Amino acid sequence: MSDPILESRGVSKVLGTGAGKVHALVDVNLTLRGGELVMLMGPSGSGKTTLLSVLGCMLTPTTGTIHVCGQSTKGADAEILAKLRRDHVGFIFQNYHLFRTLTAAENVQLALDVRGISGKEARTKAYEALARVGLADKIPSYPSELSGGEQQRVAIARAIVSGPSAILADEPTAALDGANGQTTMSILASIARDYDRCVLVVTHDSRLASFADRIVSIEDGRLAGERRGEAGRPKLFSAHG
Amino acid sequence: MPLNLTLASRNLFHDRLRFIATTIGIVFSIVLVMVQMGLYLGFGKMVTKTIDHSSADLWVMRKGTKCFEDPSLLDANARRAILSTRGVASAATLIIGFSDWQLPSGELTPVFIVGSDLREHTLRPWDIVHGSVKALLASDTVGVDRSYGKRLGISKLGDKAEIRGHPVKIGALTEGIRSFTTTPYVFVDLKHARAYAGTPESKVSYFLVRLKPGANLAGVRYDLETKISNVEVLTTEQFRDRSRRFWLFGTGAGAALFAGALLGVIVGTVIVAQTLYSSTKDHLDEFATLRAMGASDRYIYGVIIHQALLSAFVGFGLASLVGFAVVWLTSGGALPVAITPFLMLGVFVLTILMCVLSAVAAIMRVVRIDPIMVFAR
Repeated sequence: MSDPILESRGVSKVLGTGAGKVHALVDVNLTLRGGELVMLMGPSGSGKTTLLSVLGCMLTPTTGTIHVCGQSTKGADAEILAKLRRDHVGFIFQNYHLFRTLTAAENVQLALDVRGISGKEARTKAYEALARVGLADKIPSYPSELSGGEQQRVAIARAIVSGPSAILADEPTAALDGANGQTTMSILASIARDYDRCVLVVTHDSRLASFADRIVSIEDGRLAGERRGEAGRPKLFSAHG
Repeated sequence: MPLNLTLASRNLFHDRLRFIATTIGIVFSIVLVMVQMGLYLGFGKMVTKTIDHSSADLWVMRKGTKCFEDPSLLDANARRAILSTRGVASAATLIIGFSDWQLPSGELTPVFIVGSDLREHTLRPWDIVHGSVKALLASDTVGVDRSYGKRLGISKLGDKAEIRGHPVKIGALTEGIRSFTTTPYVFVDLKHARAYAGTPESKVSYFLVRLKPGANLAGVRYDLETKISNVEVLTTEQFRDRSRRFWLFGTGAGAALFAGALLGVIVGTVIVAQTLYSSTKDHLDEFATLRAMGASDRYIYGVIIHQALLSAFVGFGLASLVGFAVVWLTSGGALPVAITPFLMLGVFVLTILMCVLSAVAAIMRVVRIDPIMVFAR
């Protein structure tokens, strides 16, 4: 069994103050290991995105600890969290969040530039990443010249180009039609075949279960259970709590 | 070019209308600063032109004299005391004063008489384009700048007029000796200057002292001030500074020019700040995405600072062209705008500082961005 990449231990997160206080996460224990695609499912407001944010070092837990590739985030300030994201995490968003004034290749290169990689090396890696998601012919295109599915694939290329250990995707198929959704999930599933990398997908869409190794349910901020996905490989199952 | 700088420039140029408006604002502000400071320098140069063209080691003047045009007088017999001072080689008399010039039509116009012994080289008209200094040695002959021809009712050598009722004719025409007071300088030989300026025989305006080779300037200066009552003895440099200070700061002209320049800086800062802030607000999603991707604060600030610097370079470049046009247009005027390389450098640095300072508001906005907002949009 591969080492844990992302790990939450007894994580709780309280959002807001006073009357508006919400317990967004309650005592969440979850481990994601290399080579697995985990799908996090639950109704709106159940805490899916909050958990993804905490695991992705965008939010710090109120209590409990997060470990990213063995490194605890306890006491980390914003810059240290940013470094953890730079070094280990790639994000994919529902609305792609591509930079409209940059080409597809430049959007992907930006993820490397943030990490201090530029020039020919960055260009080569960006082209390879775009080729991997089937967009080798869209290198010079601007986001406005791409379809929604293509934009999401550029976003995936951007997320994987630096070789992060964890890919966290927030509703990556929500803005796509069925065919593009399937394509996107196929790419993510292929990424999860790499034993050094885990993929966590937050989704509402139960039709995507066929791509998951493991499906974790969340309700009212608590993990409500988990089951093996249709693509599940038993050796990878390791969630607890 | 690093990609964050590419992003910065593309975002800046993406909204063309906003960029054009910003550039116009910056250009306006920089041109204002450039012209105000150019006027300051031009004014500073102009008020000391006559002093700059003198060749004295020391100027002896009435105590409290504020500037070259100050009509304070000192005793003419002080010359004997000056010449008897050790280290003094010569003491040339200079008579200055306002007078009336009567045109052939009978109209009167004020002029400023500058009378010196033209056989000596202490203070003579320069840049003569018609006639000569030698011609001015003849009786009742004067030299004026040809730019004042219309005002003085003359156009060529030999033309006639009257000063204080004394008939005069033009013996020399100069080019570019303009007075900032707009009162034309009239260069005359010392022997007629008293009559034209109305200066009594017993009085003079200045003595222009030259020292013997190897003489101790400070020592001579001390001796002169001790020996002669109610006089001040200044080096040419000191007198130049005093005149400049008086006209620039004693009259408030310099303060007004500085105030104008300061206004330019404030206007420019506000315009650039407004643009950067609104541009940043329009691209909050992108900044949040950069944060989510793990970009460091420095990387993100680089985007904003680069936009500020780009605005500065473009604005300064265009403003320089306008500035040079202003210099060219005012070069023959009463008060030319002087834009020196040093002023250019100063304004460039000021522009950079202004634009970078303007980025503060935008940076403060970005600092508050929570990367988690990428999930909400």
